[in-house]
Amino acid sequence: MSETTHNLKRMYRFDLTTRLVAKLKQEEAVIGGIGHSNFDLWSAGHRPQNFYMLGSMGLAIPIAMGVALAQPARKTFALEGDGSLLMELGCLTTVAAQAPKNLIIILFDNGIYQITGGQPTPGLHADYVAIARACGLANAAWAADEAEFERMLDNALATDGPHFIGCKLDSQGPKAQTERDPAQIRDRFMRGMGTKKNRTLG
Amino acid sequence: MTQTLPPWHEIVLNVFKANEVKLITYVPDNVLKPLINALHADPYFTCFATAREEEAVGILSGAWMAGLRGMLLMQTSGFATLPNVLASLPCAFQIPVMMMISERGTLGEFNVGQAAVCRTMRPILDSLAMEHHTVSRLDECEMIVDRTIRQAIMTQAPAALILSPLLTGGKVVAR
Repeated sequence: MSETTHNLKRMYRFDLTTRLVAKLKQEEAVIGGIGHSNFDLWSAGHRPQNFYMLGSMGLAIPIAMGVALAQPARKTFALEGDGSLLMELGCLTTVAAQAPKNLIIILFDNGIYQITGGQPTPGLHADYVAIARACGLANAAWAADEAEFERMLDNALATDGPHFIGCKLDSQGPKAQTERDPAQIRDRFMRGMGTKKNRTLG
Repeated sequence: MTQTLPPWHEIVLNVFKANEVKLITYVPDNVLKPLINALHADPYFTCFATAREEEAVGILSGAWMAGLRGMLLMQTSGFATLPNVLASLPCAFQIPVMMMISERGTLGEFNVGQAAVCRTMRPILDSLAMEHHTVSRLDECEMIVDRTIRQAIMTQAPAALILSPLLTGGKVVAR
C-alpha cells in the first residue's frame, strides 16, 4: 500500500473491476458511479447486488453509505471516478464522521473526464488518498499494481472500514454501456438487497 | 372544548416514528433546530449532518433501497442545490426520497438572496412533477406530514414537505 502517488502503475479499469467482482462471494453491494465506472461494472458481469447510476454525478459514495447504514452486515462498495469525487469531496468528511465499518470506497483516478472527450480534470495536482486521509479516513491508500489491489481488497473484505482504495488508471475506455433502464436497475438492486421479495415474471 | 396541540416539531417527530422514518440527514437550519435537537436526543433515530444536501439525497436513496426509511431536513436555499440529483436519482429511479424544507425567503425575510431563491422552490418541484405540500397550520401538521410520507412510500415517488413560517414562526430579524 502506498501513501504517495510515486511509481503507481496505471491500471485498466475493466481488469480491476473484474478482479473485484471475482472476490465477491457474500452478496456484497456495489454502487457504480456515473459513466465508465458503472459501464465496466456492468461488463464485468451483472449481479443483482449491483446498482448502476445514471446521472447524479458524485453520489456513488453517498448511495453506498446509505446502503451500508441500512444493512451493517453487508459489505458495500462504491466505485467512483476522480471527476465525480471532485463534485462531492465533502462526502468524505461525512463518511469519516459516521465511519460505517462495512463501506469500501474504490477510486478510479484517470485524471480526465473520459466520457466527455478526455479533458483533464482540475485535480491535476490532487492526491485523493491524501485528501481522504485528511478528511479522517485512516484506512486510505493507493494500490501500486494489480496484485496489491487484490491484497487490499482481501483486507477490506476481512476487516472493519471504512476503507478507501485509490487506483491510477490508464486511458483505455469501457468495454460496453450499461442498459439504461433506471426503474429496472432499482428493482433488481432491491431484490439483490432482499428488500423486495415477491416473485417476478421472467 | 379546545384541545392543546403539541408544538410542530413534536408532532413531526411522532409522525416520523409512526412511519418508521429512522434515518435523518440534514444541513442545519435555525428554524429546524428544535426538531434536529429532539431527533438527536432520541435513540430511535440515526441523525447526522451532511456537508451538502445532494449527498443526503444519495444517502437516503441508498438507504431506502436497502430497507431503511429516511428524511432530509434543510432550508430553502439548500433545496435549490438539488434539481439535477432529484431529476436523475429519485425521480428517474422511482425512489421515495422525502424532504422537509424550512421555508426562508418569505413573510418577513431580511436576506434578499433567500427571498430570490425561495421563488424558485415551488416551480422546481412542479417541473419535476414532485408531490409537495406546505404545512402552515398546527392542526393540519400531523395529517399532511403523515399522508405525504405514506403516499411517497406507496407510490415510490419523492416528495417535499415545506414548513411555512405560519407554522414555525420562521426566522425574523430583530426590530
